[in-house]
Amino acid sequence: MRTVALSEIGTDKAWRVAARGLLAEGVRPEDVLWQYGAVESDLFATAPATPSGTALRVPRAFVDLAGTVCWHVDPERFARLYALLWRLMGTPGLMTDRGDVRVKTLFEMEKSVRRDMHKMKAFLRFREIDAAGPRRRFAAWFEPQHHIVEPLAPFFARRFGDMDWIIATPNRTVHFTDGQIALAPGQPKPALPDDAAEQLWTTYFRNIFNPARLKVKAMQAEMPKKYWKNMPEAAAIPDMIASAEDRARQMQLAAPTLAPRRAGKITERLSMTATDTPSPGSLDALRHDAAACTRCPLHQSATQVVVGEGPRNAPLMVVGEQPGDQEDLSGRPFVGPAGQLFDRLAEEAGLDRDAAFVTNAVKHFKFQPRGKRRIHQKPDAGEVQACRWWLEAERALVKPKLILAMGATAALSLTGNGDGIMKRHGTFEATEDGTPVLLTLHPSYLLRVPNAAAKAAAEQDFRADLALAADWIARNAA
Amino acid sequence: MTRFTLEQKLAVLSDAAKYDASCASSGTSRRHSRAGDGLGSTEGSGICHAYAPDGRCISLLKILLTNFCIYDCAYCVNRVSSNVTRARFTVDEVVTLTLEFYRRNYIEGLFLSSGIIRSPDDTMGEMVEIARKLRHDHRFRGYIHLKTIPDADPALIEEAGLLADRISINVELPTDASVRTYAPEKKPETIRKAMADVRLRTEAASDRTHTGRRAPRFAPAGQSTQMIVGADEANDATILGQSTRLYSSYKLKRVYYSAFSPIPDATAKLPLVKPPLAREHRLYQADWLLRFYGFNLDEITGATEGGNLDLEIDPKLAWALQNRHLFPIDVNRAERDMLLRVPGFGTKTVDRILATRRHRTLRYEDLARMGASLKKARAFITTIGWQPGALTDSADLRARFAPAPEQLTLF
Repeated sequence: MRTVALSEIGTDKAWRVAARGLLAEGVRPEDVLWQYGAVESDLFATAPATPSGTALRVPRAFVDLAGTVCWHVDPERFARLYALLWRLMGTPGLMTDRGDVRVKTLFEMEKSVRRDMHKMKAFLRFREIDAAGPRRRFAAWFEPQHHIVEPLAPFFARRFGDMDWIIATPNRTVHFTDGQIALAPGQPKPALPDDAAEQLWTTYFRNIFNPARLKVKAMQAEMPKKYWKNMPEAAAIPDMIASAEDRARQMQLAAPTLAPRRAGKITERLSMTATDTPSPGSLDALRHDAAACTRCPLHQSATQVVVGEGPRNAPLMVVGEQPGDQEDLSGRPFVGPAGQLFDRLAEEAGLDRDAAFVTNAVKHFKFQPRGKRRIHQKPDAGEVQACRWWLEAERALVKPKLILAMGATAALSLTGNGDGIMKRHGTFEATEDGTPVLLTLHPSYLLRVPNAAAKAAAEQDFRADLALAADWIARNAA
Repeated sequence: MTRFTLEQKLAVLSDAAKYDASCASSGTSRRHSRAGDGLGSTEGSGICHAYAPDGRCISLLKILLTNFCIYDCAYCVNRVSSNVTRARFTVDEVVTLTLEFYRRNYIEGLFLSSGIIRSPDDTMGEMVEIARKLRHDHRFRGYIHLKTIPDADPALIEEAGLLADRISINVELPTDASVRTYAPEKKPETIRKAMADVRLRTEAASDRTHTGRRAPRFAPAGQSTQMIVGADEANDATILGQSTRLYSSYKLKRVYYSAFSPIPDATAKLPLVKPPLAREHRLYQADWLLRFYGFNLDEITGATEGGNLDLEIDPKLAWALQNRHLFPIDVNRAERDMLLRVPGFGTKTVDRILATRRHRTLRYEDLARMGASLKKARAFITTIGWQPGALTDSADLRARFAPAPEQLTLF
């Protein structure tokens, strides 16, 4: 029988060193007697020396598990861990077998320690005490279930770095002074001076509570009664519960009151300060009116209406299908991936994009939500028809000499026919009032073509159509 | 007006803030003050420092800057036409309360909201000033959540996002029509536009600059919103439809559902009812199924008639009972997406099943050890040592889960 005594401070590291040594020597779990609470020097006397050069491969999950379970109060914890380590040597996959009873027990112990640590982070309460130097000093008393003070000390040091503090518990006390952590033996509950902040905190606790939603069990599941004695606000709980039902009933029974006199005046003044409407006949006025459009249901789910942009006297109007995700968010046309592709190809084709008025056949984004993304949906004929009103209004304002219709939806809106774009592109047609319309593909189609050769061909077609438009403008509108 | 003490103000302005459900303090960037040059830390998961008897977590100091408000939203305790006591904090009072509460380990940080006084810009400006003082003057590294005011100057919202961990804007009610009816001064399109701006700014901040340096992060814990449930006539299908749109459009971290709860000095326009807590709970369950379990909206709301979720049983069980032809499934062979649809299996259980399956076949008793609720799951699965037989198709299966009908109390 081997006896291994582990120190109370640095227990996790001491266990790891001891376990490695025992394993290297091939000591079976049933031949080890683990002891806790040794003085520092004993550790080195009894711990087997770690043989150098032997690489011990242990799953990461086990290292994490052991590092936490070492702080559990169960006296058997070290033996249980070593037994699992022993089994792991023959069955490396054991850590992922969540159906194994002994693995499960250790994971439950880990969970218990983690929960205790979490509750200590949550429910520990500091009181301010007299400061000796420039740093403010605070002290707390807490009664944890496991030996968690040591592993938690760095957490509190990271959090309360600019103050000195003492956390006292029955088994261990931590002093944090001028940025240094020092561990000391435990102590009985110290007498801490009153702290005026506790009254304020209790006032907050009382008032943030909604008496119409009493759920005492839900509270106790998360904040068990055993913690209450060291939490200043907990003293208010019995009274809060007792009066809750009555308070909720009073709210329901109370007759509606008359509004205070100032209310009418404020509301009236608010409704008077309506935002100034832009002058009629301008693009701003069109945007203002379109924002209120309810001609089709698309306004309900889109963020905002996206109307065209560009010079008022642009000779060329470019019409796409509808705003996409990015256009919907920013409120501007042609800023998403398809718009950027259009910009690039227009430049390559010698088309002055800034001189053109760019807009869409449909002014609201139509989409289907799918998880964190919005999937574009093609507007139907009814929606295109409903939105023609706004496209006509833009045309009446800009009076373009030529319209470039990109894709089937734009073709449908402008020429009344959206079929066979692949055959019709590169040809001139006309709107009802005779404005020439040059048909081309939609840039988002270019983004979706799967194979590289077809994509290059489509880009070539598109560029040629844009060059055609540039040429037409140069000849007819200069 | 009478002058209030700090404690009296705190009572009024925390009472007025309790109808905001969110108290999350998780998922932000990691910070600490180990070097002694500041106060506070954030390490991924948030901490609930206390629980009130309403079962809600208290993680943040959740207060209003003021409960004076020029708006008249029918559901709100702070509307202009209400006779509740009014108070107003100074900027320094909020800063001091936050720091002193934080030093005593009462809170993770501040959740600041406000009624609208004078103008949206004035109010938002003071809120930003509080965040600025905390971050810059006091080097506070804890959590800050700012409720932004949609009509405020975009420059102020930009500043708010650079100082705060989370930004939120409440959509308030599930449909535009309800917002117009009950919150006449608020505009649904302005609220959507503000959420879109937050998403664009967040995405712009996550891009690297041309020098390869990261831009300062904008609201690292993301944005969230809240909808009041049970104040208007909207059914659960409408509410969840709105949530899926919001999640996909603005990349929200959370949509909070808040059961419409009695408020002091309520308006005659909205009669007070017992808050629909069970409905709120079912909506959260459905929200989880939509985001983490691969369910579609139609599947969840289609399981019952009338577009409302079944209050007696959870939405996954309701769906499974409607789709019994897909069950029982073999736990040792089924794909992940189907395992996730088994009532009583959570995402953790499914991960454990899949991890263990790589080494050996699973027996019935393994499942309980993996965290499955077998009372629910057993009718829908087969495994070594378990066959549900006729149970899957038995007519009284629903009755085994639904609570027994309650006798009406007589008074």
